[in-house]
Amino acid sequence: MSFQAVVFYVLSLILIVAAFRVVTAKNPVHAALYLVLAFFTASGHWLLLQAEFLAIALVLVYVGAVMVLFLFVVMMLDINIEKLREGFWQNFPLAGTVALVMVAEMLLILSSPEANLAGFQAGPAVAADASNVRELGRQLYTVYLLPFEAAAVVLLVAMVAAIGITMRKRADSKYINPAEQVRVRRNDRVRVVQVQAVKPEVDTASDTNEQQA
Amino acid sequence: MNWADLNLMPALPEMFLLGALSVILILDLFISDAKRGITYALSLLTLLVCAVTQVSTFEPFATVTLSGMFVDDPLSDIVKVAMYGVTALVLVYTRQYVKDRGLFKGEYFTLTLFALLGMNLMVSASNFVSLYMGLELLSLSLYSLIALQRESGRAIEAAMKYFVLGALASGLLLYGVSMVYGATGSLELAKVAQAIASGSANQTLLVFGLVFIVAGLAFKLGAVPFHMWVPDVYQGSSTAMTLMIGAAPKLAAFVFVIRILVQGLGEMVADWQGMLVILAVLSMAIGNLTAIAQTNLKRMLAYSTISHMGFLLLGLIAGNAEGYSAALFYVIVYVLTSLAGFGILLGLSRAGFECETLDDLKGLNGRNSWYALLMLLALFSMAGIPPLAGFYAKFAVIQAIVNVNLLWLAIVAVLMSLIGAFYYLRAVKVMYFDDVQDHSPITMSGDMKLVLSLNAVALLVLGAMPERLIAMCVEAMKQSLVVL
Amino acid sequence: MELLQNLLGTEAGLAVWTLLKILAIVAPLMIGVAYLTLAERKVIGYMQIRIGPNRVGPKGLLQPLADGVKLLMKEIILPTKSSKGLFLVAPVLSIMPALAAWAVIPFTDTMVLANIDASLLFIMAITSMGVYGVIVAGWAGNSKYSFLGALRSSAQIVSYEISMGFALVGVLMVSGSLNLVEIVNQQGHGIGGGSVLSWNWLPLFPLFLVYLISGVAETNRAPFDVAEGESEIVAGFHVEYSGMAFAVFFLAEYANMILVSALTAIMFMGGWLSPFPASWGALGASGVIWLLAKISLVLFLFLWFRATFPRYRYDQIMRLGWKIFIPVSLVWVLVVGAWMMSPLSLWN
Repeated sequence: MSFQAVVFYVLSLILIVAAFRVVTAKNPVHAALYLVLAFFTASGHWLLLQAEFLAIALVLVYVGAVMVLFLFVVMMLDINIEKLREGFWQNFPLAGTVALVMVAEMLLILSSPEANLAGFQAGPAVAADASNVRELGRQLYTVYLLPFEAAAVVLLVAMVAAIGITMRKRADSKYINPAEQVRVRRNDRVRVVQVQAVKPEVDTASDTNEQQA
Repeated sequence: MNWADLNLMPALPEMFLLGALSVILILDLFISDAKRGITYALSLLTLLVCAVTQVSTFEPFATVTLSGMFVDDPLSDIVKVAMYGVTALVLVYTRQYVKDRGLFKGEYFTLTLFALLGMNLMVSASNFVSLYMGLELLSLSLYSLIALQRESGRAIEAAMKYFVLGALASGLLLYGVSMVYGATGSLELAKVAQAIASGSANQTLLVFGLVFIVAGLAFKLGAVPFHMWVPDVYQGSSTAMTLMIGAAPKLAAFVFVIRILVQGLGEMVADWQGMLVILAVLSMAIGNLTAIAQTNLKRMLAYSTISHMGFLLLGLIAGNAEGYSAALFYVIVYVLTSLAGFGILLGLSRAGFECETLDDLKGLNGRNSWYALLMLLALFSMAGIPPLAGFYAKFAVIQAIVNVNLLWLAIVAVLMSLIGAFYYLRAVKVMYFDDVQDHSPITMSGDMKLVLSLNAVALLVLGAMPERLIAMCVEAMKQSLVVL
Repeated sequence: MELLQNLLGTEAGLAVWTLLKILAIVAPLMIGVAYLTLAERKVIGYMQIRIGPNRVGPKGLLQPLADGVKLLMKEIILPTKSSKGLFLVAPVLSIMPALAAWAVIPFTDTMVLANIDASLLFIMAITSMGVYGVIVAGWAGNSKYSFLGALRSSAQIVSYEISMGFALVGVLMVSGSLNLVEIVNQQGHGIGGGSVLSWNWLPLFPLFLVYLISGVAETNRAPFDVAEGESEIVAGFHVEYSGMAFAVFFLAEYANMILVSALTAIMFMGGWLSPFPASWGALGASGVIWLLAKISLVLFLFLWFRATFPRYRYDQIMRLGWKIFIPVSLVWVLVVGAWMMSPLSLWN
């Protein structure tokens, strides 16, 4: 078995275990962290295929950004796990059967001579100096220019929509505007009042008035 | 490919739209709520300039550019111009309505224009990738437009339903497309068509993919049995958004279907015809029958939309130039009609009051006979009653069906439209013969009144002399579709 | 290396050779980390007109060893209601990226463990994982202080990663490569035939500033250390840690500082290139010594910041990241793009 094959099987094993634990983990935070592990090992598979850009992008985008935010939300939610898992064992036999059938189907398909797995050859070897970052960039900005730009617009829409839906001026928000704070001059806050030094006149009538007020 | 070969002229209106959109997006930040009218005016101006560019760059043949991703042909031109007009009408009709509900915000206009951009892309795409990107751009904008009305639980629910089911439909569509890609080795419509014609593609895989594609398209059109989202979304969204969903996107969806089924998979017409027949019959039957039971006008119009989509499919089933152009005519007329209908509903609504049940129309004639007349025209056109445009639209598609010897289908269609006439006429009866319940005055701004009247009168005019528009549709189809 | 290959066979030889190289990077790094802690205390001490630690060994030079031994002897306490496994994994998660990133850092144009094409992306991907150590530590400890610290720090890291990324976009635009060796080599020609004036920091000055400050924020150092915020949340995400587990967080923080300094030196300050024109003979020759000098300079800045600035308020941190750095870096990326297309371009 070549080195690559060993790495492949080790990564696959980790991936399958992690993916399985995503579903079975009792604590949602653990599940999310297993998902991170699954993404990470999947990116290892990309590396084995010499698709280093996709591998790194997967880690950068999903592990580095998406899952962090996801974890953020999951951590702050107080999820009642017991309630979520109520029907688990009830539905387990059915789900298990479906999963078994699917595994069996896949095994049958892959092992049948019709699938002709041996007929699939490895792709042409990549030249030593080939850079798939460069190649991807070239494709994206020439052949796929239109869909690429459209994807950019879709992201822009997502941003506009997210802000449009969530942003509102709340009456009870105690927002501080730092620029305003900096711009404050003494005269805005302090008023120097010249008070004449006078002797208080003893007036019982006004005293009682003030007390009432 | 290098920059010198890049022909961007065909995409000029889209590029202008995106540029103007970005400018509006930024300018709007500096406009106070009281002056939001500037954004409104700028949006209308953008639409006008787009339409002018589109018309002035018209060419009577198809130009494919951007590495086969984008096509500019008469079909896309005519539909795009229609979409600019429709979007402008929507903005005019909804102005007061959204103002009353605190939705008169910059996002409302930018998202509308984003949706338009997505529709333009759908209409002009000649590759599955760009088709899909256009579709997603449109859908995402529509979901968020509905959800903009955040205080309304119903609107959020509608947006959620629309989003989940829309995502499901996109999934189905993509799955089908991936099958077709596997069978033909290309995502470009022209090359897919070539591969199928040459017989090199795996037939089983193609048909398998086609099933998913048709299901996805039916979802997007809202044809039975993939129609579940339509009534809920129509009813749940605020009437302005309902109008938005029900108008221009239908035009785009129609061309989308034409591009995929006729341009890409035209060789498999025998395969998809059968599926469309089932969709069409079910849509017409269930749409019209269920509409009878509705008391909510928006829900009733949603079911009526479903039945109209059934009629629209009839034109496609015919599978020839006549059928396609009849369907194009049908969808244009349908959009104009529903604009008028929903326009009246918008006009009758006011701050704190939604005009959306049949009872709200009671005695409309007594309150304002002109609006009642306009609504009458819209309803009659939907029902397909002779002097109006709706009649000719139905007539054209049924004629196309008869010409390809599908007489039974034509009979079903006529029967269904007779059943449909019942609930349109019931609404008319409520307007003219019931007593007035709500005496509050109807306030409609002058420009809206004018545009709405023109819109309804257009239905009459198109009904009286539909020949020019029909001729344009036929020409556009002939010049655009190589397969014909 | 050939000796090893003869001894052990090709593959095993290669593996052992690589392990040796890794060791050759990590061991000095760890010593560097240890003495950085001492340097910090000394530098800040002098800035505050004190002497700093001077008891252990001559002039306090053995202080880091004493600290290490002390922490090793202490008990690691597991809070009763903590998530045990994650609690112990968190320090590892936090130091792992800080070390793994060194795999692609070049010391000279030939001295680099793995000279891969997308090394810049690799760095960004690996460093973006550092936040997991903080989040997991904060959550697993089951303490509200550590949880608050984790939330603050992860929000801060994620926010500043964006402006950092944009700053790097500017760098990779002008160098036309994602390879760190090429990024440095590209800085070697220009004004003065490769002197201090031809490095990226000058034409990309706003990005340089953004990167440097975001780097401070990314490593949760003062004045952006709200994640620790002793005065409000005790010690932030690692409040529940003791002994060696705590020491690992400590090591990770300093290793990250050195990493960010090394990256700043490579991206913006010409890496191993000499600040003097190449024509100046021995002074103008490039060498690893220059890189180390530049790293030390940036590290000194880190310490200087800590001694000088008061801690930012949390909303100010967010405002600085989102409303100032991101727009500035975006605009400068546009400016650089236009500049490169214009006849005035420096990068042909």
